[in-house]
Amino acid sequence: MTITREPTTRQRGYHDLARLMSLMTGDEKHSHAATSTLDVLWVLYDRILDVSPQTLDNPARDRFYLSKGHGPMAYYAVLAAKGFLDENLLPGWASYDSPLGYHPDRNLVPGVEISSGSLGHGLPLAVGSALGLRAQGLDSRVVVLVGDAELDEGTNHEAVELAGALGLDNLTVVVVDNRSATYNRPGQIAPRFAHEGWHTVTVDGRDHAALEVALKERTPDHPSVVVAEVEEKYS
Amino acid sequence: MRDPRATFAQTAAQLVDEDLSVALVYAEISGQYFGDVERRHPDRVVNVGIREQLLVSVGAGLALTGMRPIVHTFGSFLVERAFEQLKLGFGHQGVGGVLVGSAGSFDIAAGGRTHQAPGDVPLVDTLPGFRIHVPGHADEVEQLLRTAVAGDGRDYIRVVSQQNDTAFPVRPGHFHVVRRGTQATVLAVGPTLSPVLDAVAGLDVGVLYASTVRPFDSQTLRGVIGTPDVVLVEPYLAGTSARFVDDALLDVPHRLLSLGVRDPELRRYGTAEEHIAAHGLDATGLRASITRFLGDADRAA
Repeated sequence: MTITREPTTRQRGYHDLARLMSLMTGDEKHSHAATSTLDVLWVLYDRILDVSPQTLDNPARDRFYLSKGHGPMAYYAVLAAKGFLDENLLPGWASYDSPLGYHPDRNLVPGVEISSGSLGHGLPLAVGSALGLRAQGLDSRVVVLVGDAELDEGTNHEAVELAGALGLDNLTVVVVDNRSATYNRPGQIAPRFAHEGWHTVTVDGRDHAALEVALKERTPDHPSVVVAEVEEKYS
Repeated sequence: MRDPRATFAQTAAQLVDEDLSVALVYAEISGQYFGDVERRHPDRVVNVGIREQLLVSVGAGLALTGMRPIVHTFGSFLVERAFEQLKLGFGHQGVGGVLVGSAGSFDIAAGGRTHQAPGDVPLVDTLPGFRIHVPGHADEVEQLLRTAVAGDGRDYIRVVSQQNDTAFPVRPGHFHVVRRGTQATVLAVGPTLSPVLDAVAGLDVGVLYASTVRPFDSQTLRGVIGTPDVVLVEPYLAGTSARFVDDALLDVPHRLLSLGVRDPELRRYGTAEEHIAAHGLDATGLRASITRFLGDADRAA
């Protein structure tokens, strides 16, 4: 009997994500669709970021920083779909011998650019990396994903102010807004960034075409924020 | 004698000039030294404003792109305020950087507790992989900074105003044998050496000097020790290196006296000298503690 194994580099599509996530959640019906970050992550890796398993060490690659490290199943699923990660690792996630935890670790998982989990660190790190790329004359960009509730952390505001003041146009923040912040008020995220000189756009966080247009945009001398609105977490 | 902090700033500026991979990040503090180099290299010298958590994360973010960051402010804000940024930005990401904290425990004595950071070294010491340097002279500041920046690891350099009378060559990981003696061995860290040497005048004790405490040079300590009595003199929280002394002498019954800052909430202003005396770290206080320790041994014998 011959067992044929799929090469991990085979290109998979969006439709594979449900199956990949179910390897971790054991629930193919609900969890993947309810994951707020799924569509943003897919569009980034499928259509926006100039990075692949072959260019992981290229200094000129685009960087994606998952600041909101919580609930990383969608992230692992997308990395597996794009060949960064062997899908056979997914079922054992969060176990002692697995490189995949509840919060990702860049030292354990190829393709993971930052180790996250404690909220409010990704955007400040991204400001440093955007400065580093600029100082080295590299045109690549840094995209950071934060949650709306994560913006509670004051460190984000230190970073938003400085990035605006320095005009870091190689920096893009995606705020996945599922209104999970306790004191959230609709429509109040983008203006906070705009106030500090950021280019802002608000889109439907499930609309791949709209996300693609918003995420492709770069405005000279201004950092960008894309507020990706999804279903309310607690509705 | 050069000022240690000005020497740090001057050396850091030279390193930015010399090495395109070096970046200097600061948060207003010491800005008086950095104007010229910032104008020459605006992409690699960044003042983040009064944002110390961002300061540390920006340094780590630069390192993630392959640059060698020098990150600087007062130790109180660099380590104590931004501790999780140090832990996660450098240690957990696994990237290198050179963190330079100034003012230490006593420089801004009149500023009160908010500007006194005797906890900086013990806090950094909880993070794996950090080298910790406590230069006792401006010349050592320059050498240590150059050595640290030339490497790729994680380094904390504590720059303070107090200085010893003479500088020692920088050899991270190696203590200097300053003098030998039979009764006890005193390990003087950073700027405590000159007062230690004054304190032990006429006593039959050996003296070691460390401008780098991590890694801890257990081998030299083991090599010179006669009577297994050790006095540790550190210009930050007392006992910070005690477990390393104990580990070095694991198979030898020994005594250890740990001197340093004993009461971080002194609630006093005044001068550095007054604070150093209050913690018993001037020559008079050190001599009293050391002779008492030696006397205890005599009584026990």
